Amino acid sequence: MNNKMKLVFPAISENEQFARTAVVAFIMNLDPTVEQITDIKTAVSEAVTNCVVHGYPEIKGEVILECELLSGILHIKISDFGVGIEDVTTVLEPFYTSKPFEERAGMGFTIMRTFMDTFEITSKPNVGTTVLMSKQLTKIA
Amino acid sequence: MKITHSLSPSGLRLYFDGELDQCCEKKAKMQIDSLIEKYSNTRAVFFNMQALKFMDSTGIGVLIGRYKKLKSMNIPCYIENPSFSADKVFIVSGIYKLIPKL
Repeated sequence: MNNKMKLVFPAISENEQFARTAVVAFIMNLDPTVEQITDIKTAVSEAVTNCVVHGYPEIKGEVILECELLSGILHIKISDFGVGIEDVTTVLEPFYTSKPFEERAGMGFTIMRTFMDTFEITSKPNVGTTVLMSKQLTKIA
Repeated sequence: MKITHSLSPSGLRLYFDGELDQCCEKKAKMQIDSLIEKYSNTRAVFFNMQALKFMDSTGIGVLIGRYKKLKSMNIPCYIENPSFSADKVFIVSGIYKLIPKL
């Protein structure tokens, strides 16, 4: 069963829960396991939180959340059009945070990479950031 | 997310109920800090996470901040009964090396 969806919403904290719940709703009829749901919810929450906290530090812009189910694999794309990242290599290091005084753990990308099967990030300063992740949900015979 | 508490001879127990993410982070920190300050003579603090239905790495930041505060007050703290969701995030972060799991 192939399917896709696209959501556009403001990069505000309240939408972190909305985004992760929406992605779970999208995959429910594949009967995901509790572990799969937990992994996906957490990864989506991390990515959207990055858009809210880092993507748009001043004026809030939009987040685009796209999901596609293809042959039992869930593909997720989360994009913002905010400040972007100068040095992607540095921000991917576990525990790195650009906001150490806000008690941030710096674990967002580590969690996305650990909980999902694939992870890619592209970013350009003052253009925005896109995160692509995927997870196999069912095996197609 | 709701935080309730109980006091016993073993210490101050903080019960996390709901979902802990960046949205409720500030309020959670204020509530926890206020309880820690109110019961500053407690012998230990237990973060009970049994009813925490969801947690992302925001929770790690919240707990590390509270750990540092409690350390400066010489009060040990522990994570109790983490839910499945929270436990996986805790394991990846390595936080159990700082705040032991019970």
